[in-house]
Amino acid sequence: MDIDTITAISTPIGEGAIAIVRLSGQEAVPISNRLFQGVDLTKVNSHTIHYGKIIDPITNEVAEEVMVNVMRGPRTFTREDVVEINCHGGIASVNRLLELVLAEGARLAEPGEFTKRAFLNGRIDLSQAEAVMDLIRAKTDKAMNVALKQMDGRLSKLIQKLRQELLETVAHVEVNIDYPEYDDVEEMTHDMLIKKTNEVYHEIEKLLQMAKQGKILREGLSTAIIGRPNVGKSSLLNALVHENKAIVTDIPGTTRDVIEEYVNIRGIPLRLVDTAGIRETEDIVERIGVEKSRQVLKEADLILLVLNFGDELTEEDVNLFKVVEGLDIIVIVNKTDLEQKIDIDRIKKFANGRPVITTALIEEIGIDELEQAIANTFFAGELDAGDLTYVSNVRHIQLLKQALQSLTDAMSGIEDGMPIDLVQIDITRTWELLGEIIGDTVQESLIDQLFSQFCLGK
Amino acid sequence: MTYDAGHYDVIVIGGGHAGCEAAYAAAHRGAKTLMLTLNLDMLAFMPCNPSIGGPAKGVVVREIDALGGLMGKVIDKTYIQMRMLNTGKGPAVRALRAQADKPLYIQEMKSILENERNLTLRQAMVERLIVEDGVCKGVITETKAAYYADSVVITTGTFMRGRVIIGDLSYESGPNNQRASVKLSEHLEELGFELVRFKTGTPPRVNSHTIDYSKTEIQPGDDNPRHFSYETTEAILDQIPCWLTYTNEFTHKVIDENLNLSAMYSGMIKGTGPRYCPSIEDKVVRFNDKPRHQIFLEPEGRNTEEIYVQGLSTSMPEYVQREMLRTIPGLENSEIMRAGYAIEYDSVVPTQLWPTLELKAIPGLFTAGQINGTSGYEEAAGQGLMAGINAASRAMGRESFILDRSQAYIGVMIDDLVTKGTNEPYRLLTSRAEYRLLLRHDNADIRLTEIGYNIGMISEERYKLFAEKKLLIEKEQERLADVMLKPTEEVQKVIENSGGTALKEAIRALELLKRPEIKYEMIEQLTPAEQELPWDVKEQVEIQIKYQGYIAKSNQQVERMLKMENKIIPENIDYDDISGIATEAKEKFKKVRPLSVGQASRISGVNPSDVSILLVYIEQGRIARVSNE
Repeated sequence: MDIDTITAISTPIGEGAIAIVRLSGQEAVPISNRLFQGVDLTKVNSHTIHYGKIIDPITNEVAEEVMVNVMRGPRTFTREDVVEINCHGGIASVNRLLELVLAEGARLAEPGEFTKRAFLNGRIDLSQAEAVMDLIRAKTDKAMNVALKQMDGRLSKLIQKLRQELLETVAHVEVNIDYPEYDDVEEMTHDMLIKKTNEVYHEIEKLLQMAKQGKILREGLSTAIIGRPNVGKSSLLNALVHENKAIVTDIPGTTRDVIEEYVNIRGIPLRLVDTAGIRETEDIVERIGVEKSRQVLKEADLILLVLNFGDELTEEDVNLFKVVEGLDIIVIVNKTDLEQKIDIDRIKKFANGRPVITTALIEEIGIDELEQAIANTFFAGELDAGDLTYVSNVRHIQLLKQALQSLTDAMSGIEDGMPIDLVQIDITRTWELLGEIIGDTVQESLIDQLFSQFCLGK
Repeated sequence: MTYDAGHYDVIVIGGGHAGCEAAYAAAHRGAKTLMLTLNLDMLAFMPCNPSIGGPAKGVVVREIDALGGLMGKVIDKTYIQMRMLNTGKGPAVRALRAQADKPLYIQEMKSILENERNLTLRQAMVERLIVEDGVCKGVITETKAAYYADSVVITTGTFMRGRVIIGDLSYESGPNNQRASVKLSEHLEELGFELVRFKTGTPPRVNSHTIDYSKTEIQPGDDNPRHFSYETTEAILDQIPCWLTYTNEFTHKVIDENLNLSAMYSGMIKGTGPRYCPSIEDKVVRFNDKPRHQIFLEPEGRNTEEIYVQGLSTSMPEYVQREMLRTIPGLENSEIMRAGYAIEYDSVVPTQLWPTLELKAIPGLFTAGQINGTSGYEEAAGQGLMAGINAASRAMGRESFILDRSQAYIGVMIDDLVTKGTNEPYRLLTSRAEYRLLLRHDNADIRLTEIGYNIGMISEERYKLFAEKKLLIEKEQERLADVMLKPTEEVQKVIENSGGTALKEAIRALELLKRPEIKYEMIEQLTPAEQELPWDVKEQVEIQIKYQGYIAKSNQQVERMLKMENKIIPENIDYDDISGIATEAKEKFKKVRPLSVGQASRISGVNPSDVSILLVYIEQGRIARVSNE
């Protein structure tokens, strides 16, 4: 009966070897199918399970290895079409999956919404009705409270500030419309509008950037070390581990028992990943080819590319640069204790603006610079974990992204010379979306703003 | 003792802007209708500013016309000036405004009503309603006449327990020293209705001969006036200008020094005034950093010397008004003809109404206009029309008629009133309409003519013309979607002249028209239609194509809204039976009695979880019925 397709992570977060993202609604199967590489899910029998891969449709990279359960209504919990995507447990992978599903058009379910749909579609009998209503009440209120409490006080203040700025802008536009002859009020121009939207745009962008940083703080920065044989990859690892007292964790229960090593670099937890055996397989490019290695490496947040100061740049090195094009890398030219044969200028050209550090790891030279470069890459050099205003709630991040999108629409409207009162539709929408984050979307406030900000009337 | 004075289908009490539309609509739909009004010389009188239309309000006038109402037709015949406002902005907010000839407007309206079959006009003061078994059956006048009817519409404006205040002078009165209606108001209270006290005000009028216009700026009308009614074909060309002047520090000083004498500030006035129509003393106090305020000098008609001093609404004593006026450039020697005044009056708390404008507590009784807490002639007329249509529906056993928020400003207004109520006199603003891009001045006919036709308000002939226009619009859009324009010299030149970037390859005419700098005339020049199209067809084609993206976005929002609007709440729902709804929401639901889940969600103080629970409860009822069968 509801047109929306809803989705949520339906297993406890961060626990268990497997996590499940569930979708319910008319679009559940088509959405899953658009992300799924394997059989055509729209054609499979109901209540069957399928192995395959989830592909990020924008980058075309493999995001997850999954098992997908397809269950068609009405023989499901909600009586709608339901798809359950089983992926590896662990916050990062399941969040990524959820984000992809949301990006494909599903809406994040409200608390208790699956149950509500089950009820509305007649799945639950009458005797359970009251319990369901209590549940919705409790869950919705609680979720709102929790979300609000979760939210950093500074974040909510910042959002309120952005909303106020937007509101003043909108009120200004409205006044021009409703009181066209009042010369007390300056006419809002495209230039004024672009300035305002730009300011807010950057603030939201910063929030999203910090959300990414927040994620890094919680989950660690997945880091891969690559390079030709014998350039000093092991020394690099040892140096980082030695310097920073590596925590070696063994996270059991996932299908591939991955060994991950955490080191703490200036407050940033570096997670030295070895899921694809990148670090140990020295000749990755040769083994699986440029494109494949690229896909594997894209999963890392940071790549440390190690070169030999005492050798000329080889074709293999050049291939590695191709592989990491556009990714976050730090180039480490190691073994400065040897006689220089490498052309640093050429490397800088290949690095294309990304940091190049020279080290002699055996002699423990250059490690400081390297650590600084790592910190710079992700926090513009100013990391103070205690002072970050970051958004952690998926719903909030989703709303911020939508807000950014509607601001983008507004800005392109301005560029196309659309009338201000049309552009304003998108600005108002942004204001509403930001309001949803802090639970305030009362339309009346616009009219109040109108009359307190301007002297109007006949 | 009363005497039986006659039986009607519909009785309308009041002959203002709401009353005239209500009586006409009911009669025009075929209901035998009686209008009772205090003074037949004052039909559709404008007690405040001599103008009709403006942003949002002007669109309402167009909507009234598309639904077969009168306001547009009457003003088109009696304006002294016409201006299109917001021409530099988008099509959604363009707004027509007319300066009215007040006496002529009355004459024209009276003549139309007098000639309407099924409508009887009578001068009378209504004192009581006849209510039997909780249903309204008629009215009783002060002359003891008892009139019976299936539907009664009250449109008494600011007359109910009206009180005029000028400085420390205060007396019982309707606007412009007409008789106040006291007994009816008391009677409504007796019947259990919740009334609220509102206030509004009006500025002084001065004699035109005593104004030095050389010190003011002229404000002329448009050279090619547009019109409100889709039936109007002839323009009035000898328009009369308005004039603009400003208050200054001396004016503000007079106000400051006499503030304690203003009824607004001395505590004389208890009612709530509208924020969008503040008195000059309010403006000076609240925005004391403003060095000046605009004052528009507006003629009240062609054959009168009275000038309405717009911007100087006040409740100061008469001598202070005179002193204030004389500080203003051009008004140094002005003579007041009528002093400005504030007026307090009773209005009905509008959440007591169904969206049909029928009162929930007493079937057969409707209210419309300023009595429902609104302000403005257009707002009143829009409600009057809707109440008249629904009053006739009830009497004739036809379906009731409600416009939703995506169909008309009238729908936005009535939904706001009956769902949220209002704590100040309500005025329509474009910002109240969330789908204002769909509720344009230019497309009121496309939105509403068919509806007007179906309820018997639009003639066969007019409907035919409308259908032809609609067809032409569709055909031309289809044609432009087919025509490919190649980057020929001619095409590039037209684009270049408009300041656009040259074509790289052939493009559909429709796509080219989407560019902001391209006008329909340019397209027409490059690829003319088979026959010359009427200007309003061209206008529609251009707007619908140019703003397609935004229009589509609005339509999506409407779809989402309608989904909730179509979830109907059963009439007999017992909110006390629903566990889990917060007490505040429960009280609101009981009071407003929303017709749909959509309406329920718009009530202020209702949380999303309350709406969810309501939804679940309704579905539960549905399931219960299914399983009982």
